[in-house]
Amino acid sequence: MTYALPIILGLLFGFALNRVGATNPQNIINMLRLRDTFLMKAIMLGIGIAAVLLFGGLMAGIVDPSHISIKKAYWGVLLGGALLGTGFAIAGYCPGTGLGAAMTGRKDAAFFVIGGLIGALVYALVYGSIKDTALFDKLLGGAATLADTGNEKAVTLMEGQWLGVVVGAAFIAIAAALPKRIL
Amino acid sequence: MPKTLPWLGGGILLGAIFFLSVFLIKPIGVSTEFVIADGIIWNAVNPDIVVADEASKSGYSSPNAYLNSSDGKMAKAIEEPVSYGMLFVVSLMVGAFLSSLLKGDKPEGLQKSMPEVWAARFGENKIKRYTATFIAGFIVLFGARMAGGCTSGHMMSGIMQMSVSGFMFAAGAFAVGIPLAIILFNKKQNTE
Repeated sequence: MTYALPIILGLLFGFALNRVGATNPQNIINMLRLRDTFLMKAIMLGIGIAAVLLFGGLMAGIVDPSHISIKKAYWGVLLGGALLGTGFAIAGYCPGTGLGAAMTGRKDAAFFVIGGLIGALVYALVYGSIKDTALFDKLLGGAATLADTGNEKAVTLMEGQWLGVVVGAAFIAIAAALPKRIL
Repeated sequence: MPKTLPWLGGGILLGAIFFLSVFLIKPIGVSTEFVIADGIIWNAVNPDIVVADEASKSGYSSPNAYLNSSDGKMAKAIEEPVSYGMLFVVSLMVGAFLSSLLKGDKPEGLQKSMPEVWAARFGENKIKRYTATFIAGFIVLFGARMAGGCTSGHMMSGIMQMSVSGFMFAAGAFAVGIPLAIILFNKKQNTE
Protein backbone atom coordinates (compact mmCIF):
# COMPACT_ATOMS: atom_id res chain seq x y z
CA MET A 1 0.00 0.00 0.00
CA THR A 2 2.79 2.43 0.86
CA TYR A 3 4.25 1.68 -2.57
CA ALA A 4 1.11 2.53 -4.53
CA LEU A 5 1.20 6.27 -3.79
CA PRO A 6 4.69 7.13 -5.07
CA ILE A 7 4.13 4.94 -8.13
CA ILE A 8 0.81 6.60 -9.03
CA LEU A 9 2.07 10.14 -8.35
CA GLY A 10 5.33 9.46 -10.21
CA LEU A 11 3.51 8.07 -13.25
CA LEU A 12 1.16 11.06 -13.27
CA PHE A 13 3.98 13.58 -12.90
CA GLY A 14 6.15 12.00 -15.59
CA PHE A 15 3.16 11.77 -17.91
CA ALA A 16 2.29 15.41 -17.22
CA LEU A 17 5.86 16.67 -17.76
CA ASN A 18 5.86 15.08 -21.20
CA ARG A 19 2.32 16.26 -21.96
CA VAL A 20 3.02 19.90 -21.14
CA GLY A 21 6.11 19.78 -23.36
CA ALA A 22 8.60 20.18 -20.49
CA THR A 23 10.67 17.17 -21.60
CA ASN A 24 11.37 18.99 -24.88
CA PRO A 25 14.45 21.24 -24.41
CA GLN A 26 13.32 23.41 -27.31
CA ASN A 27 10.36 24.55 -25.16
CA ILE A 28 12.52 25.20 -22.07
CA ILE A 29 15.11 27.21 -24.00
CA ASN A 30 12.42 29.22 -25.81
CA MET A 31 10.79 29.90 -22.44
CA LEU A 32 14.06 31.14 -20.91
CA ARG A 33 14.91 33.36 -23.87
CA LEU A 34 11.37 34.78 -23.65
CA ARG A 35 10.56 33.71 -27.19
CA ASP A 36 7.64 31.43 -26.33
CA THR A 37 6.51 31.56 -22.72
CA PHE A 38 3.67 29.01 -22.86
CA LEU A 39 5.58 26.72 -20.50
CA MET A 40 6.20 29.54 -18.03
CA LYS A 41 2.48 30.32 -18.14
CA ALA A 42 1.69 26.65 -17.46
CA ILE A 43 4.18 26.45 -14.56
CA MET A 44 2.92 29.69 -12.96
CA LEU A 45 -0.67 28.60 -13.39
CA GLY A 46 0.18 25.22 -11.86
CA ILE A 47 1.86 26.84 -8.84
CA GLY A 48 -1.06 29.27 -8.47
CA ILE A 49 -3.74 26.59 -8.61
CA ALA A 50 -1.82 24.35 -6.21
CA ALA A 51 -1.33 27.25 -3.75
CA VAL A 52 -5.02 28.26 -3.83
CA LEU A 53 -6.11 24.64 -3.30
CA LEU A 54 -3.49 24.06 -0.60
CA PHE A 55 -4.14 27.18 1.50
CA GLY A 56 -7.88 27.01 0.82
CA GLY A 57 -7.75 23.40 1.95
CA LEU A 58 -5.76 24.32 5.06
CA MET A 59 -8.35 27.00 5.95
CA ALA A 60 -11.19 24.54 5.43
CA GLY A 61 -9.36 21.96 7.53
CA ILE A 62 -9.24 19.32 4.80
CA VAL A 63 -5.46 19.43 4.29
CA ASP A 64 -3.27 17.93 7.00
CA PRO A 65 -0.65 20.58 7.96
CA SER A 66 1.82 17.82 8.88
CA HIS A 67 2.08 17.01 5.15
CA ILE A 68 3.62 20.43 4.57
CA SER A 69 7.39 20.28 4.17
CA ILE A 70 9.31 23.54 4.09
CA LYS A 71 12.94 23.62 2.98
CA LYS A 72 15.36 25.87 4.85
CA ALA A 73 16.38 29.26 3.49
CA TYR A 74 20.13 30.02 3.28
CA TRP A 75 22.32 31.81 0.74
CA GLY A 76 23.28 28.49 -0.83
CA VAL A 77 19.68 28.23 -2.06
CA LEU A 78 20.17 31.36 -4.15
CA LEU A 79 23.62 30.28 -5.39
CA GLY A 80 22.47 26.73 -6.07
CA GLY A 81 19.47 28.13 -7.94
CA ALA A 82 21.81 30.30 -10.03
CA LEU A 83 23.94 27.24 -10.85
CA LEU A 84 20.84 25.30 -11.83
CA GLY A 85 19.73 28.23 -13.99
CA THR A 86 23.08 28.10 -15.79
CA GLY A 87 22.77 24.46 -16.78
CA PHE A 88 19.03 24.86 -17.39
CA ALA A 89 19.76 27.51 -20.05
CA ILE A 90 22.57 25.54 -21.71
CA ALA A 91 20.82 22.17 -21.84
CA GLY A 92 17.12 22.96 -21.62
CA TYR A 93 16.76 20.30 -18.95
CA CYS A 94 16.29 20.25 -15.18
CA PRO A 95 16.66 17.08 -13.07
CA GLY A 96 13.08 15.80 -13.47
CA THR A 97 12.59 16.74 -17.11
CA GLY A 98 16.06 15.41 -18.02
CA LEU A 99 15.16 11.97 -16.65
CA GLY A 100 11.82 12.03 -18.44
CA ALA A 101 13.35 13.27 -21.69
CA ALA A 102 16.01 10.55 -21.70
CA MET A 103 13.19 8.01 -21.54
CA THR A 104 11.50 9.50 -24.60
CA GLY A 105 14.62 8.81 -26.66
CA ARG A 106 16.60 12.03 -26.24
CA LYS A 107 20.29 11.11 -26.13
CA ASP A 108 21.44 14.59 -25.07
CA ALA A 109 19.22 14.15 -22.01
CA ALA A 110 20.96 10.87 -21.20
CA PHE A 111 24.30 12.73 -21.16
CA PHE A 112 22.66 15.38 -18.96
CA VAL A 113 21.60 12.68 -16.48
CA ILE A 114 25.08 11.11 -16.40
CA GLY A 115 26.61 14.55 -15.84
CA GLY A 116 24.01 15.08 -13.10
CA LEU A 117 24.90 11.85 -11.32
CA ILE A 118 28.56 12.89 -11.29
CA GLY A 119 27.71 16.45 -10.21
CA ALA A 120 25.64 15.14 -7.30
CA LEU A 121 28.47 12.77 -6.32
CA VAL A 122 31.05 15.56 -6.40
CA TYR A 123 28.72 17.67 -4.24
CA ALA A 124 28.52 14.83 -1.70
CA LEU A 125 32.34 14.70 -1.67
CA VAL A 126 32.88 18.45 -1.16
CA TYR A 127 29.95 19.04 1.23
CA GLY A 128 32.07 18.23 4.29
CA SER A 129 34.48 21.06 3.52
CA ILE A 130 31.86 23.72 2.78
CA LYS A 131 29.10 22.87 5.27
CA ASP A 132 30.35 25.24 7.97
CA THR A 133 30.60 28.27 5.69
CA ALA A 134 28.20 31.25 5.72
CA LEU A 135 26.58 29.76 2.61
CA PHE A 136 24.58 27.48 4.90
CA ASP A 137 23.72 29.93 7.68
CA LYS A 138 19.98 29.85 8.25
CA LEU A 139 18.04 32.91 7.10
CA LEU A 140 14.76 34.11 8.65
CA GLY A 141 14.82 31.25 11.12
CA GLY A 142 15.27 28.53 8.50
CA ALA A 143 12.08 26.92 7.22
CA ALA A 144 10.38 30.28 6.68
CA THR A 145 7.07 30.76 4.88
CA LEU A 146 5.26 33.90 3.78
CA ALA A 147 1.87 32.56 4.87
CA ASP A 148 0.86 30.43 7.83
CA THR A 149 0.94 26.76 6.85
CA GLY A 150 -0.02 25.48 10.29
CA ASN A 151 3.02 23.19 10.17
CA GLU A 152 4.84 23.10 13.50
CA LYS A 153 8.34 22.95 11.96
CA ALA A 154 7.76 25.94 9.69
CA VAL A 155 8.54 29.53 10.69
CA THR A 156 5.67 31.83 9.70
CA LEU A 157 6.64 35.35 8.70
CA MET A 158 3.10 36.66 8.24
CA GLU A 159 -0.04 35.53 9.99
CA GLY A 160 -3.02 34.26 8.07
CA GLN A 161 -3.55 31.45 5.62
CA TRP A 162 -5.60 33.65 3.30
CA LEU A 163 -2.32 35.22 2.16
CA GLY A 164 -1.40 31.93 0.48
CA VAL A 165 -4.68 32.00 -1.42
CA VAL A 166 -4.07 35.63 -2.46
CA VAL A 167 -0.52 34.98 -3.67
CA GLY A 168 -1.76 31.86 -5.47
CA ALA A 169 -4.48 33.91 -7.18
CA ALA A 170 -1.83 36.47 -8.16
CA PHE A 171 0.21 33.70 -9.81
CA ILE A 172 -2.87 32.63 -11.78
CA ALA A 173 -3.47 36.23 -12.88
CA ILE A 174 0.17 36.70 -13.94
CA ALA A 175 0.09 33.38 -15.82
CA ALA A 176 -2.96 34.56 -17.74
CA ALA A 177 -1.58 38.05 -18.41
CA LEU A 178 1.96 37.03 -19.42
CA PRO A 179 2.43 37.58 -23.16
CA LYS A 180 3.31 34.48 -25.20
CA ARG A 181 6.26 36.22 -26.74
CA ILE A 182 8.27 38.91 -24.94
CA LEU A 183 11.50 39.11 -26.98
CA MET B 1 -5.18 14.35 -27.65
CA PRO B 2 -2.86 17.14 -28.86
CA LYS B 3 0.87 16.52 -28.88
CA THR B 4 1.57 19.22 -26.33
CA LEU B 5 -1.08 20.65 -24.05
CA PRO B 6 -1.73 24.41 -24.24
CA TRP B 7 -0.66 26.38 -21.16
CA LEU B 8 -4.13 26.37 -19.62
CA GLY B 9 -4.60 22.62 -19.73
CA GLY B 10 -0.95 21.98 -18.84
CA GLY B 11 -1.09 24.35 -15.87
CA ILE B 12 -4.28 22.80 -14.51
CA LEU B 13 -2.73 19.33 -14.81
CA LEU B 14 0.51 20.35 -13.06
CA GLY B 15 -1.38 22.25 -10.35
CA ALA B 16 -3.63 19.28 -9.66
CA ILE B 17 -0.67 16.89 -9.33
CA PHE B 18 1.33 19.18 -7.02
CA PHE B 19 -1.70 19.75 -4.81
CA LEU B 20 -2.60 16.06 -4.83
CA SER B 21 0.91 15.10 -3.67
CA VAL B 22 0.86 17.34 -0.62
CA PHE B 23 -2.80 16.52 0.08
CA LEU B 24 -2.12 12.77 0.08
CA ILE B 25 1.37 12.58 1.60
CA LYS B 26 4.11 15.15 0.94
CA PRO B 27 5.44 17.54 -1.71
CA ILE B 28 7.15 16.32 -4.89
CA GLY B 29 10.94 16.32 -5.24
CA VAL B 30 13.41 14.75 -7.66
CA SER B 31 17.04 15.78 -7.23
CA THR B 32 17.75 13.91 -3.96
CA GLU B 33 17.41 10.65 -5.88
CA PHE B 34 20.50 11.49 -7.94
CA VAL B 35 22.50 11.32 -4.70
CA ILE B 36 20.72 8.14 -3.63
CA ALA B 37 21.51 6.51 -7.01
CA ASP B 38 25.17 7.55 -6.61
CA GLY B 39 25.18 6.22 -3.06
CA ILE B 40 23.77 2.85 -4.11
CA ILE B 41 26.64 2.42 -6.60
CA TRP B 42 29.19 3.84 -4.17
CA ASN B 43 28.00 1.51 -1.41
CA ALA B 44 28.22 -1.47 -3.77
CA VAL B 45 31.88 -0.62 -4.51
CA ASN B 46 32.68 0.30 -0.93
CA PRO B 47 30.24 -1.25 1.60
CA ASP B 48 31.62 0.93 4.41
CA ILE B 49 30.04 4.04 2.97
CA VAL B 50 26.72 3.27 4.66
CA VAL B 51 26.72 1.36 7.93
CA ALA B 52 24.00 0.38 10.39
CA ASP B 53 24.21 2.69 13.40
CA GLU B 54 21.86 2.48 16.36
CA ALA B 55 22.95 5.89 17.59
CA SER B 56 21.59 7.48 14.41
CA LYS B 57 17.91 8.39 14.24
CA SER B 58 17.48 6.74 10.82
CA GLY B 59 19.35 3.61 11.96
CA TYR B 60 22.17 4.27 9.49
CA SER B 61 25.17 6.54 9.25
CA SER B 62 27.95 7.31 6.79
CA PRO B 63 31.56 8.52 7.01
CA ASN B 64 30.58 10.92 4.19
CA ALA B 65 29.32 14.15 5.78
CA TYR B 66 26.63 14.69 3.14
CA LEU B 67 25.13 11.21 3.22
CA ASN B 68 25.26 11.42 7.01
CA SER B 69 23.42 14.77 7.20
CA SER B 70 19.80 14.96 8.46
CA ASP B 71 20.33 12.01 10.84
CA GLY B 72 21.48 9.70 8.04
CA LYS B 73 18.25 10.03 6.06
CA MET B 74 20.06 9.58 2.73
CA ALA B 75 22.23 6.77 4.14
CA LYS B 76 19.03 4.93 4.98
CA ALA B 77 17.58 5.43 1.49
CA ILE B 78 20.79 3.99 0.04
CA GLU B 79 20.65 0.91 2.26
CA GLU B 80 16.90 0.49 1.65
CA PRO B 81 16.58 1.57 -1.99
CA VAL B 82 12.91 0.70 -2.45
CA SER B 83 11.99 4.03 -0.87
CA TYR B 84 9.19 6.49 -1.54
CA GLY B 85 11.52 8.88 -3.37
CA MET B 86 13.13 6.24 -5.58
CA LEU B 87 9.79 4.68 -6.54
CA PHE B 88 8.48 8.13 -7.36
CA VAL B 89 11.40 9.00 -9.64
CA VAL B 90 11.47 5.64 -11.43
CA SER B 91 7.72 5.98 -11.98
CA LEU B 92 8.25 9.51 -13.30
CA MET B 93 10.57 8.03 -15.93
CA VAL B 94 8.05 5.34 -16.86
CA GLY B 95 5.26 7.95 -16.99
CA ALA B 96 7.19 10.15 -19.41
CA PHE B 97 8.01 7.11 -21.53
CA LEU B 98 4.36 5.99 -21.65
CA SER B 99 3.19 9.50 -22.56
CA SER B 100 5.68 9.64 -25.44
CA LEU B 101 4.31 6.33 -26.72
CA LEU B 102 0.74 7.61 -26.45
CA LYS B 103 1.17 10.49 -28.89
CA GLY B 104 3.01 12.68 -26.40
CA ASP B 105 6.16 14.65 -27.14
CA LYS B 106 8.67 12.36 -28.88
CA PRO B 107 11.85 13.45 -30.69
CA GLU B 108 12.41 12.63 -34.32
CA GLY B 109 15.64 12.60 -36.34
CA LEU B 110 18.10 15.21 -35.16
CA GLN B 111 15.85 16.10 -32.20
CA LYS B 112 17.01 12.83 -30.61
CA SER B 113 20.39 14.50 -30.20
CA MET B 114 19.59 18.20 -29.89
CA PRO B 115 16.73 20.68 -30.11
CA GLU B 116 16.40 22.79 -33.29
CA VAL B 117 17.29 25.95 -31.41
CA TRP B 118 20.66 24.43 -30.48
CA ALA B 119 21.38 23.19 -34.03
CA ALA B 120 20.54 26.62 -35.47
CA ARG B 121 23.00 28.34 -33.13
CA PHE B 122 25.80 25.81 -32.58
CA GLY B 123 25.53 23.44 -35.52
CA GLU B 124 24.65 19.79 -35.75
CA ASN B 125 27.76 18.33 -34.14
CA LYS B 126 26.41 15.74 -31.71
CA ILE B 127 29.57 15.40 -29.62
CA LYS B 128 29.48 19.14 -28.97
CA ARG B 129 25.85 18.96 -27.81
CA TYR B 130 26.44 15.87 -25.64
CA THR B 131 29.50 17.46 -24.04
CA ALA B 132 27.48 20.59 -23.30
CA THR B 133 24.54 18.72 -21.75
CA PHE B 134 26.92 16.55 -19.73
CA ILE B 135 28.56 19.64 -18.24
CA ALA B 136 25.15 21.30 -17.81
CA GLY B 137 23.89 18.21 -15.96
CA PHE B 138 26.90 18.37 -13.66
CA ILE B 139 26.27 22.04 -12.85
CA VAL B 140 22.50 21.58 -12.45
CA LEU B 141 22.73 18.72 -9.97
CA PHE B 142 25.64 20.27 -8.07
CA GLY B 143 23.54 23.43 -7.78
CA ALA B 144 20.34 21.59 -6.91
CA ARG B 145 22.08 19.71 -4.11
CA MET B 146 23.62 22.92 -2.76
CA ALA B 147 20.16 24.50 -2.80
CA GLY B 148 18.56 21.39 -1.31
CA GLY B 149 16.12 20.87 -4.17
CA CYS B 150 15.40 21.55 -7.82
CA THR B 151 12.67 22.88 -10.06
CA SER B 152 10.05 20.50 -8.69
CA GLY B 153 11.02 20.50 -5.01
CA HIS B 154 12.01 24.13 -4.55
CA MET B 155 10.31 26.05 -7.31
CA MET B 156 6.96 24.33 -7.70
CA SER B 157 6.44 22.60 -4.33
CA GLY B 158 8.22 25.38 -2.45
CA ILE B 159 6.35 28.33 -3.89
CA MET B 160 3.07 26.41 -3.68
CA GLN B 161 3.69 26.27 0.10
CA MET B 162 4.76 29.96 0.20
CA SER B 163 8.25 28.88 1.24
CA VAL B 164 10.86 31.67 1.26
CA SER B 165 13.48 29.21 0.00
CA GLY B 166 11.30 28.40 -3.02
CA PHE B 167 11.14 32.06 -4.01
CA MET B 168 14.91 32.43 -3.44
CA PHE B 169 15.64 29.42 -5.60
CA ALA B 170 13.40 30.62 -8.44
CA ALA B 171 14.98 34.09 -8.25
CA GLY B 172 18.48 32.61 -8.56
CA ALA B 173 17.52 30.24 -11.37
CA PHE B 174 15.72 32.80 -13.54
CA ALA B 175 18.11 35.67 -12.79
CA VAL B 176 20.81 33.60 -14.48
CA GLY B 177 18.79 31.31 -16.76
CA ILE B 178 16.92 34.02 -18.67
CA PRO B 179 19.86 36.31 -19.59
CA LEU B 180 22.11 33.32 -20.30
CA ALA B 181 19.56 31.73 -22.65
CA ILE B 182 19.13 35.06 -24.43
CA ILE B 183 22.90 35.50 -24.81
CA LEU B 184 23.44 31.90 -25.91
CA PHE B 185 20.56 31.49 -28.34
CA ASN B 186 19.41 34.89 -29.58
CA LYS B 187 22.67 35.89 -31.23
CA LYS B 188 23.51 35.40 -34.88
CA GLN B 189 20.39 33.50 -35.61
CA ASN B 190 17.56 33.56 -38.07
CA THR B 191 14.58 34.13 -35.85
CA GLU B 192 11.79 34.05 -38.37
